[in-house]
Amino acid sequence: MREQKNTFANIDWILVLMYLVLVLMGMANIYAAVYNEAHNNLFDISQSYGKQLIWIAISFVIALFLLIIDAKFFSQFAYLIYIVCIFMLLVVLGMGHVISGSRSWIKIGSFALQPAEFAKFATCLALAKYLSSPDTNLKHFRDKAIPMIILLIPMLMIFLQNDTGSALVFFAFALVMYRKGLSGKLLLIGVIVTILFLTTLLFDALIVAGVIAGIALVLLFFIRRNRKNILSLVGLLVLTVGFVFTVNYAFNNILELHQKTRINVLLGKEIDLKGAGYNVNQSKIAIGSGGLIGKGYLNGTQTKYNFVPEQSTDFIFCTIGEEWGFAGSLAVIALFISLFIRLIIVAERQRSEFSRLYGYGVASILFFHFLVNIGMTIGLAPVIGIPLPFFSYGGSSLLAFTLLLFVFIKQDSGRMQLV
Amino acid sequence: MKNPYFANRQYIIIGTFLLVGLIFILRLFYIQIIDKSYSLSANNNVLRYVTQYPGRGLIYDRKGKLLVYNEAVYDLMVTPNQVKNIDTMELCRLIGIDYDGFIERIEKARVYSPYKASPFEKQISKEAYGYLEEKLYRFQGFFVLPRTIRQYPYPIAAHTLGYIGEATQGVLDKDSYYKPGDYIGISGMEKSYEKELRGQKGMKIRMVDVFNREMGSFQNGKYDTTAVMGENLYTSLDADLQTYGELLMKGKRGSIVAIDPSNGEILAFLSSPTYDPNLLIGRVRGENYTKLNEDPLNPLINRAIMGQYPPGSTFKIVNDLIGLQEGTLTPETYYSCQGPTTSPIKCTHHHVSPLDLKEAIKQSCNPYHWQVFRAILQKRSSGSIKNAYDAWYRHVKSMGLGAKFGSDLPFELSGNIPPSSRYDKMYGKGHWNAMTVRSLSIGQGEILLTPIQLANLAVIIANRGFYYTPHLVRWVGKKGNFVPRFREKHITTIDRKNYEIIAEAMFQVVEHGTAAWYKLDSIPMCGKTGTAQNPHGRDHSLFIAFAPKDNPKIAISVIVENAGFGATWAVPIASLMIEKYLTGKVKRKDVEQRMIDFNLLSVK
Repeated sequence: MREQKNTFANIDWILVLMYLVLVLMGMANIYAAVYNEAHNNLFDISQSYGKQLIWIAISFVIALFLLIIDAKFFSQFAYLIYIVCIFMLLVVLGMGHVISGSRSWIKIGSFALQPAEFAKFATCLALAKYLSSPDTNLKHFRDKAIPMIILLIPMLMIFLQNDTGSALVFFAFALVMYRKGLSGKLLLIGVIVTILFLTTLLFDALIVAGVIAGIALVLLFFIRRNRKNILSLVGLLVLTVGFVFTVNYAFNNILELHQKTRINVLLGKEIDLKGAGYNVNQSKIAIGSGGLIGKGYLNGTQTKYNFVPEQSTDFIFCTIGEEWGFAGSLAVIALFISLFIRLIIVAERQRSEFSRLYGYGVASILFFHFLVNIGMTIGLAPVIGIPLPFFSYGGSSLLAFTLLLFVFIKQDSGRMQLV
Repeated sequence: MKNPYFANRQYIIIGTFLLVGLIFILRLFYIQIIDKSYSLSANNNVLRYVTQYPGRGLIYDRKGKLLVYNEAVYDLMVTPNQVKNIDTMELCRLIGIDYDGFIERIEKARVYSPYKASPFEKQISKEAYGYLEEKLYRFQGFFVLPRTIRQYPYPIAAHTLGYIGEATQGVLDKDSYYKPGDYIGISGMEKSYEKELRGQKGMKIRMVDVFNREMGSFQNGKYDTTAVMGENLYTSLDADLQTYGELLMKGKRGSIVAIDPSNGEILAFLSSPTYDPNLLIGRVRGENYTKLNEDPLNPLINRAIMGQYPPGSTFKIVNDLIGLQEGTLTPETYYSCQGPTTSPIKCTHHHVSPLDLKEAIKQSCNPYHWQVFRAILQKRSSGSIKNAYDAWYRHVKSMGLGAKFGSDLPFELSGNIPPSSRYDKMYGKGHWNAMTVRSLSIGQGEILLTPIQLANLAVIIANRGFYYTPHLVRWVGKKGNFVPRFREKHITTIDRKNYEIIAEAMFQVVEHGTAAWYKLDSIPMCGKTGTAQNPHGRDHSLFIAFAPKDNPKIAISVIVENAGFGATWAVPIASLMIEKYLTGKVKRKDVEQRMIDFNLLSVK
């Protein structure tokens, strides 16, 4: 093992810089979202921006701490951390505080922690640890099943906390599995299933089934018409049509009314501006009214006057859209995409399989949050309450994202060391 | 396997990231730049336009007495879905309604809109507002909108001043200046000077938050406009004379119009029966309006411009003027009169016969004036009866008779001087002659004139041949700001010397003739009586006059409907009016008292 000359020598400063920019932009926008003339002291900890400032400070300290400790710590204790987290989730399920309908908070003084946020980090560690073991082969059933179990345990527990959004985040790890070698076909099937699901809800099940049959008929002309091909085509047809009717049945008979409404509003089938559609509509109004260059910092009327609900947490992107306009939104999206790509590039240069897979895990989690959160504010994704990384108000998520990212930065800085 | 470590999958993943980023950017481009509806919705969310109502212009009389001013009243507004946890009974007590009334009003407002403010109780008095204001903060969802209503210190000139009311749907459709609930002049000067009086509404743009709480002005009031008060009207009315006229006309139907001949300014303008203008303001307006509107005496009608009367004998001087001008009559022309047996028109007066023009006017001799009229229509050089009639018609029209003046009051009627075509239609071309239309010679038949036209006839003779359009407003906004069209001199087709002859004869009417009972000691007055037959009952009593004879200061017409002889009622009233105006007081208290006591309406 080579002696390390300087703790900070091999740190990827690009990632650190991106992190800092995102956190500071987030802070500025939380201030704007909550801003009013009466309370404008940035350091007022009775206001959420004051609290966020404390969380940022704590995050910076933790980031620094992570850079100092041994890089091997997390790979070695991955399973332990995972188990501790599962335990915390159990505790929350038993005696957590309920905030906004989710029993997912542990209260420490006036601050509330959300173990689910840390579960993502812990699961990422555990998954990377398992998949990086040299004798793992995703072709084997056992090696497919165990990662699934690693994912499903926290996912289920978070789901039971009634925090569906956070539970869904675990789907993001599909990208890690894919990189490790999970069949692309499986992901493709997943995508097709999703598309079928949505079109069935959007249009009449009979029409969708008809279109599928039509496609099958067209395909019949282009494939070699041997017995095997025709049989598999027919089988596929039966499967998809069956799926379509199942979905149709499930939607109409199993989902509860408010869930149906939410999906219908998203799909544009139902306009309910006062009810479930209110958030999305107000969010689109706020962003849409920003125009090219926005209304100027602290001049957003929709966000400032509380037309957008949850504007400092889940709908923080509205503040950006309204006050900074298309230009600002473009910059934020570009910054996020750059961060994700940078994470992939850095992950790919790892010699350690654990580090690489962990890096993919970090990118996947951040990407999933980005996808759903911004998609939701501009009406492209259903209203699922998950935060925008580094932007949204909330100590647990900021701490967890910082932890997630800086553990990777530390792994990367140690990439020159022997595995 | 080509790629055992799946390294190329990183590109698929990066590609996915880029694709999602691109989709988001396209979507943002669409909602932020292409689709403008979001900006509109944002403004609808946040901006509230609050109208600032200007004070309506004030109205003064010619001596600077205030006739109309504004008083603040308060509309209590409610936004139904903001009303919560209020002491309903307390509110009811403060504005004097009961609980059912409260529920009814809230429901009405809710039907209009649960989110928008609408009037809960209109026009709360200053006193009631005083109590309410202190406690208003406790009634969430309620606020007060200051408004103004008109106030009249003197209960006079109701028809002239007119009244205001809420703009009707028809007005709202036509003119976007008016919004529901806005006031607009409906009659009188309030209507004809609406644009000047109303001023300019201002607009304050306020920002509200999601709970409709006011969050301050929009862009520091950059787009706010302040209300500009309406312009004041300085009228030519003499409040004292007007008051006196209304006193004299009490209990009678009819009209008095008094004009300053030198400039056409109307000094008194009244229609009887009248009403107190204070009845048509504020919360009592609706009820009172219905009452007045249903009154069989039509107190809402302004007879001075809407009453069309046969002028009777007052019209004789018009025919005389035309005869003199056409050369078919001279002051020395004598006609004989056989009194009640004269054909085709008899005479009811006792006088010498044959008689000359001056005597004929003095005695208001019907046969004489039939001859005057016949001579005009049978003038040889005219060629035909039609041409002669047309010449007569032009002369009459030049005196402003039988047509609207376009004065400054709305709803003026034109009266009627029939053109020859009318008779062509009635009798057929060439099938009518002087005999057919003989009633015109004594101001009966088809002829109808309004009191303002009759007063203006007195003006023309007073001026010996010209007039200015009679009008009520001297200045708009500030002193000296005249209405240009009221400064245009209208010259009649009759020569001055002919007017001198008639003026002298009218002087004789007052000195020794039909009006001699009520001549004034100190002031030489000229006049002509009229007793007009009409289909509505007893004859109308008419009198037109001006005084002094030379350099006249006042010209007047008085009509008392169904009162009998002109000399009995119209003459004394005109005489008292002239005395009042020229001397400032009335000495003949007995005459005055008799006029005031005379009540035609209770007789009916």
